[in-house]
Order: sequence, then C-alpha cells, then structure tokens
Amino acid sequence: MTHDVTHHIPEPMLADYAAGRLGHAFSVATAAHVSLCDECRARLAAHEAAGGAVLETLPPEPVSDELMARVMARLDDPAAAPPEPPRPSGIYPGPVMAALGGRPPRWRSMGAGIRQAMLHAGPDGSLRLLYIPPGRAVPDHGHKGRELTLVLQGAFHDETGRFGVGDVEYADESLEHTPVADEGAPCICLAATDAPLRFRGLIPRALQPIFRI
Amino acid sequence: MSETGEALSEQTRLLIAVRDRRDRQAFAALFAHYAPRLKAMLRRGGMADAQAEEVVQEAMLAVWRKAAQFDPARASASAWIYRIARNRQIDMFRREGRPVPDELAEEPAHDPDAADALALDQETRRLRDALGALPPAQREMVERAYLGELSHGEIAAVTGLPLGTIKSRIRLALTRLRHELKDLRRP
Ligand SMILES: [Zn+2]
Ligand SMILES: [Zn+2]
Repeated sequence: MTHDVTHHIPEPMLADYAAGRLGHAFSVATAAHVSLCDECRARLAAHEAAGGAVLETLPPEPVSDELMARVMARLDDPAAAPPEPPRPSGIYPGPVMAALGGRPPRWRSMGAGIRQAMLHAGPDGSLRLLYIPPGRAVPDHGHKGRELTLVLQGAFHDETGRFGVGDVEYADESLEHTPVADEGAPCICLAATDAPLRFRGLIPRALQPIFRI
Repeated sequence: MSETGEALSEQTRLLIAVRDRRDRQAFAALFAHYAPRLKAMLRRGGMADAQAEEVVQEAMLAVWRKAAQFDPARASASAWIYRIARNRQIDMFRREGRPVPDELAEEPAHDPDAADALALDQETRRLRDALGALPPAQREMVERAYLGELSHGEIAAVTGLPLGTIKSRIRLALTRLRHELKDLRRP
C-alpha cells in the first residue's frame, strides 16, 4: 500500500542503510518506511545503483581456487535456502513484523494511557512501538542522539509539523519537542533511538531505566 | 537476441539468462566477474580473507536462488548484486538479520519493457562514468562510503558528499525510478 508521505528518511541515513552501515534499530525503521514510501524506495535504489557502480569499478581481489566449485556444487541444495522475510500484517510492514517475531506487540503501560512495546535494545540503539491515545502528549523531551519516528496508525503533531501514516520524523540533539497525538484513532509509532531520551520532567526521568527509553 | 537486448550490459544479460533459463554457464561467468569484486568490497569494509570468501559464497548462492526477482527495468545487475551481498553479509553477522523493505506486490514482468531496461542500463553506465571522472580524492570518498568504510555522515563532515556530479546522476536515476514505480502501481 502507498501513502501520502511528506516526511522522509534523511539522505545520509538512507545511504548508510544501502551500504550496510546503519545499526539494527534504524535499519528496521528505514526498511519499514521504504515499505510505505515510493519516493524513498526510488532513492534507495539510486544509492544501490551508486554502490553497484563502485562495486563494478573495484580492482578485483582473486578468490581461492575452489570457491567457484563449492558454489556450483551447492546451487541445487534446497536445504541451504535462506528463510523468506516476514509478510506485512495489519498496520505493521514486514520489517516491523520481523522485529515483533511475528507476534502481536506486548504493550506495557507507561501511565496516562501511553503504552510501549520494546522490540530491540542494544549498544547500537533501541527500537520500540509507542501507543498514544488521541489528544495525548508524549512528555516534553530532548535527545542525546538521533531519533527516527515512523507513524503506523493515526497521526501526531509537534513544534515542527504534522506526521501521518508513513511519515518519519527525524530528531537530533538540536530538537526539544512535545509530540501530541491527533484526535481520531490512537497514534501508533515505531521509534528508533541511538541514545536515551532526555525528559525535562523529574518523574519521567526516574522512569527511564525501568522503561528503557 | 533483439537489437536492444544486445545493447544491455553483459552482466545484465548474463543475469537474465540465469533468471530465465537457469543457465549455469552464465552463472559461472557472473561468478568470475563479481566474486573477486565482492571480495574486494568486503575486504575494504574490514573483513578478514576467509570471512569475506564465506560472504561471497553465500551472496553468489543468493544471486542464483533469487534470480527470479531480478527486474532489469528496476535495477542493474551490479546494483542488484550489491544489495543481495549486503543482505547476506548482515544476515550472517548480525544476530537480528537484515530488515528488508516489503517487495512491491507485482512480480517483475518476465518479459520486461526492453526500453526501460535499456534506459536504466545506460543510466548506470553514465553513473559509472561520472564516478570515474571525479577528482581522485573525491572519488575515494564516494568509494569509501559505498564500500562501508565510513558512514555518509562522517564523509559529509569532510567533503559535503554527495558530490555535484554524483548527486545529479543519482537525481536522474531517482526521477527515472520514480516513474518506473508509478507505472508499477497502475492497476
Ligand atoms: Zn520516504
Ligand atoms: Zn523525540
């Protein structure tokens, strides 16, 4: 399905995804956005074209003699086929379904009707789903690193604009914002961060270690 | 083969032969061309010799198995193999595997529009020429970005990548691909 997307993946992040340089959390968000956005699919293909051009012009490095024979011998070995990537389901694109392990999200309440489901937490960043009831605000916060938020259902708005299904908001150290869910359907977002958020209120900060945000 | 077919790059024609006829000779020729280049790419990205060969092996096997998905109107052989190799590399070395975008609903046409494939092929050649025409220092930086030696953010901090010519080539490719995708969406 294609959506009326107006906010896209920043160029360096898309290029790093193409080159395999992007950490897991941001890669999931990027692949999920591309699943919903024709423009970024084309931009990604353009970066892969550039990667292919570089590959084509590299001075070849000889491979060992038996490598080709080994590969030719395995061409029809069905056991060696890699598994197919998960299919999209409901509001969740395939890459999000993969991060969910094919199961529905396990929501945990964060208070004020806001819920969260952690999908990944590692040294390269964390990935979670956020559920924000209509009209509700995510507490005022700044960022120590980068944050990429993809809307999967409903919409939110903040100081910088409005974000609907398929849109991504990119934030870094320079942005302090208070995202508020639009009226209507609850807003469900996928959020990748490479450093903990900085909440301005005292209580949310105390909750950070518990909720790993 | 038709006149337009002959104008496609050799690699693209080989990959089409693998896709349509499961042609082992064509695959062996693709292997001879790409395996040493993939190995060079992985080595430049910091991989040890044996590890790099393991990824080359898995990537080339994936090229054989996924050939049915190759659409020369949407990717050149080199771009498609570049993507396949990145996917396999990350699948092998990251616990979580590579998140990949959902495929477009449409299967690639088995008799794709030859004109579209040819246009993309020419675009790819022009992109490669543009890369070759860059001053050596700039070219080095572009290579390092796509070989995975440096992140694009790190490179932009030094040179302001993407650089002029490359940028305009990518933009052209983008325009073309965007039209392509629109056509695919048409019911
Ligand atoms: Zn986009
Ligand atoms: Zn934020």
